[in-house]
Amino acid sequence: MKSAEPSLSLAQPHPEGVGILRRSGFALALAAVAYLLLAWAKLVPVNAIALTVTLSAIVIGVTVYAWDLYRNVPPGIKNNGVFTSSITNGGLWGWVAGIILTAFYVALYWFPETLGLGKDGSNTGIVALFDPLKRFFTGSNSTSQWFVYGTLYTVAIVSLGIKFMLKYRHNRYQLIRTSVVMVSQLFLAYLIPEILEGLTTGQAYFAKDIKNIWPLNYYFFYDWHLNGMLEGGALGRLFLIAGLVLFLIGTPILTYFLGKRWYCSWVCGCGGLAETAGDPYRQLSSKKVSAWKIERWMIHAVLVLVTIMTGATLYGYFSGQSEILGLSIYNYFQKPYGFLIGAAFSGVIGVGFYPVLGSRVWCRFGCPLAGYMGIIQRFKSRFRITTNGGQCISCGNCSTYCEMGIDVRAYAQKGQNIVRASCVGCGICAAVCPRGVLKLENGPEEGRINDNPISIGNDGIKLNGLS
Amino acid sequence: MNEPSASQPLVIIGNGIAGITCARHVRKRSPRPVVVISAETDHFFSRTALMYIYMGHMKYEHTKPYEDWFWVKNNITLVRKYVVRIDTEKRELHFDDETRMMYGDLVLATGSKSNFFGWPGQDLKGVQGLYSYPDLQRMEADTQGISRAVVVGGGLIGVEMVEMLHSRGIHVTFLVRESEFWRNVLPAEEAALISRHLREHGIDLRLNTELKELLPDAQGRVRAVVTSQGEEIACQFAGITVGVSPNTEMARQSGIACERGILVNEFFETEVPHVYAIGDCAQYRTPPPGRRAIEPLWYTGRFHGETLALTLTGKRTAYQPGPWFNSAKFFDIEYQTYGDVKANAAENEKAFYWEHAGGKMSFRAVFDAASQKLIGINVFGIRLRHEMFDQWLREGRTVSHAIEHLADANFDPEFYRTFEHEIARAFHTQTGITITPRPKSLLRIFKRPQYS
Ligand SMILES: Cc1cc2nc3c(=O)[nH]c(=O)nc-3n(C[C@H](O)[C@H](O)[C@H](O)COP(=O)(O)OP(=O)(O)OC[C@H]3O[C@@H](n4cnc5c(N)ncnc54)[C@H](O)[C@@H]3O)c2cc1C
Ligand code: SF4
Ligand code: SF4
Repeated sequence: MKSAEPSLSLAQPHPEGVGILRRSGFALALAAVAYLLLAWAKLVPVNAIALTVTLSAIVIGVTVYAWDLYRNVPPGIKNNGVFTSSITNGGLWGWVAGIILTAFYVALYWFPETLGLGKDGSNTGIVALFDPLKRFFTGSNSTSQWFVYGTLYTVAIVSLGIKFMLKYRHNRYQLIRTSVVMVSQLFLAYLIPEILEGLTTGQAYFAKDIKNIWPLNYYFFYDWHLNGMLEGGALGRLFLIAGLVLFLIGTPILTYFLGKRWYCSWVCGCGGLAETAGDPYRQLSSKKVSAWKIERWMIHAVLVLVTIMTGATLYGYFSGQSEILGLSIYNYFQKPYGFLIGAAFSGVIGVGFYPVLGSRVWCRFGCPLAGYMGIIQRFKSRFRITTNGGQCISCGNCSTYCEMGIDVRAYAQKGQNIVRASCVGCGICAAVCPRGVLKLENGPEEGRINDNPISIGNDGIKLNGLS
Repeated sequence: MNEPSASQPLVIIGNGIAGITCARHVRKRSPRPVVVISAETDHFFSRTALMYIYMGHMKYEHTKPYEDWFWVKNNITLVRKYVVRIDTEKRELHFDDETRMMYGDLVLATGSKSNFFGWPGQDLKGVQGLYSYPDLQRMEADTQGISRAVVVGGGLIGVEMVEMLHSRGIHVTFLVRESEFWRNVLPAEEAALISRHLREHGIDLRLNTELKELLPDAQGRVRAVVTSQGEEIACQFAGITVGVSPNTEMARQSGIACERGILVNEFFETEVPHVYAIGDCAQYRTPPPGRRAIEPLWYTGRFHGETLALTLTGKRTAYQPGPWFNSAKFFDIEYQTYGDVKANAAENEKAFYWEHAGGKMSFRAVFDAASQKLIGINVFGIRLRHEMFDQWLREGRTVSHAIEHLADANFDPEFYRTFEHEIARAFHTQTGITITPRPKSLLRIFKRPQYS
């Protein structure tokens, strides 16, 4: 069906028309992004002022745009026009956005010199644009493409997180969850690591994002990384112990009590980007049973692969060998994993394809940490989504807006609780349900999984035991 | 007439929630051939989601609760044809393409039709009801690029149509016969609450106003409506949502006894052997306690289908619905009801009403004046647990019990503000009864007795 007002906006075609404020906000953010692209093409000056103005313009522009978009409409669900707008329905503009994003990721992972990465601090282009910020943190021009990426990633989560919060301002679960994920990205993933980096320049490198747990951080046990931590004094030892404890004890305990959401939609950076920048694309995930089948073998296959790869790595570390069973650990284990899973899957497909495949492709089909927590959530956890008796009208909003492709309706219309390994607890299914049918909650394990529910209020059936 | 043989199929006319639920549950219990016939769409879809297709929240395919392979896998044959007549003597259906089909048992699940009360101009282009998928397609085509619409009839489908048109930036005038929106069902305060919310969204709400006639332009399209006050309101589209009635015409002409709906007993049996009726089109000869003779709702259609499937597979089962419940959403405000809350309290009833200062949340409890037993609740802007109220109503709990344990029934998302204390204070002011709300108890919520 065609819309009366085909629109390129990421939200509803607004009845009152687009005012000057919204246009200005949009133009400001767009100009800032254009400046970044021009810097990439080496066509504009790069310096501290340009960088400050560009990054602030993104945050301010998006905020002004979103504020004006939602301020005149009463708080509530804002999904009008999602499937009639070509940028959010997987149409032409969605593909254009997807191709640009993918190109950026390809350059980032495999052709960083096209972004301006030079040797020994002689950066140009967009990488050089970020030199002043890197100098501010670490005192040196050691900017890599990853610093550019990390900064833009954080700016995206913060600015689009603000937009998300304005959109869901009626929903305290969404407000609190989104604030936490924004703070977590800004401090744990970005500021604290950069500051620590500045305090430890000259020392061997190790990742200082404490929440980036193995196996999501697949190089945690690589010898250079282990050595980096072991040689990194008290701080290094802290990160080593924290990494092990979080994986072995923290993750299972928190997942038992809260479900994997404590990580996937509250803390994780990949999840944070998916929930904020990816929010306009959550409806594009496939809900087919066939997709669920692929998901189940794929995510667990990645979990097995990362375990094998890490096993080989640790064997090499402790034995001092560079080969295992005659196979080079680097060439046969670490390199293929890093290329296929670490770069191609989690980056290029995971984020580049947001506007085509939906926002959680990596989290759903690939992330080994999600796979690990999913097993706990499915079999040993207090988390479930409770269905509210017989109130479901099978409308399909919940399934449509589930970014993980869970057919929530299939459970809700039967009165069955949703207990699924993949659910990241974003809470959007419950938010969009027009009949108040779904509630994310933690409770006793007993009765959590009700495979044969009976219709509340249809007593003849209960007496006769239909199931 | 011979008794049907096992190889003769169970034929269901209507692929809505009632017919499809019946087919699925028969299939779970029996391998007998099952055929589902519908003229409307190839597959079952959710009628309740029509509005979301128009508003762009979903596409048609999202409203199908089962993937298309499901029917093949479960050996349920789907036929897209219109039944013109039933020969109940020969147990044969006549289709509009002149073909025929034998049945062993026949289930009529033909749904409803939009009401039209014979207004002058009701057949003009741009004038329509909203019930079927073809209705939605017509609405899509006839509202392209328009700027003004009128919706007539202040009920649930009416307010959905208003929201749909409004979402496309079309200015909507909403004609409501009652003194407030849905006042024939809602008590005055709640009706006013929703009326306010409609106005907040910029809806031109005309209360105490009915439709008199629709005026054509030169092309035979509606150009204005005339109200009972004689006012002419210009529009390019008019939605008529003055209720629905059972779709009985074909059954009636085939000699099956109908009143407003197709008459059935508590087993959904019509007077004709091997012919049953469920869903919107059915009318109980003797309504179950506390229920109306016709229940045109999604969940009742599901209940009917589940119940009849037992009878059709050898476990004759009477329909016994429990306490009443329902829900709806008016733009941004959700509504749930459990038990029986009337538009105007009955003689023996007392009501307690709380409204939040923001004017978008409310809670009403109706109880028996003498025994204090809870009769029903209405809640706006707060979600409450069906199972909790189902239990309290069955146990005959008092209103004080419900207010004391309201936290257990809260179904809002985590971290939402709760209003149990405010509600208890208001209860004290209105009734003089002091109640200290108990904190939420996981034990009481999750370890409830099972009712059977
Ligand atoms: C816009 C809208 C919103 C609604 N929202 C809600 C809600 O929020 N909550 C709620 O409880 N209820 C709601 N309802 C009501 C609910 O949708 C109906 O009660 C329910 O769909 C009825 O189901 P049914 O199976 O009885 O019939 P239907 O779904 O009407 O199915 C009957 C089918 O039979 C077909 N048919 C009829 N006669 C023939 C024939 N002779 N030959 C072939 N096919 C035939 C029809 O074409 C139709 O496809 C809503 C209804 C509408 C229109
Ligand atoms: S089921 Fe609901 S809470 Fe879980 S991932 Fe899907 S939308 Fe989010
Ligand atoms: S959104 Fe709510 S009412 Fe609609 S199918 Fe999902 S649970 Fe049911």
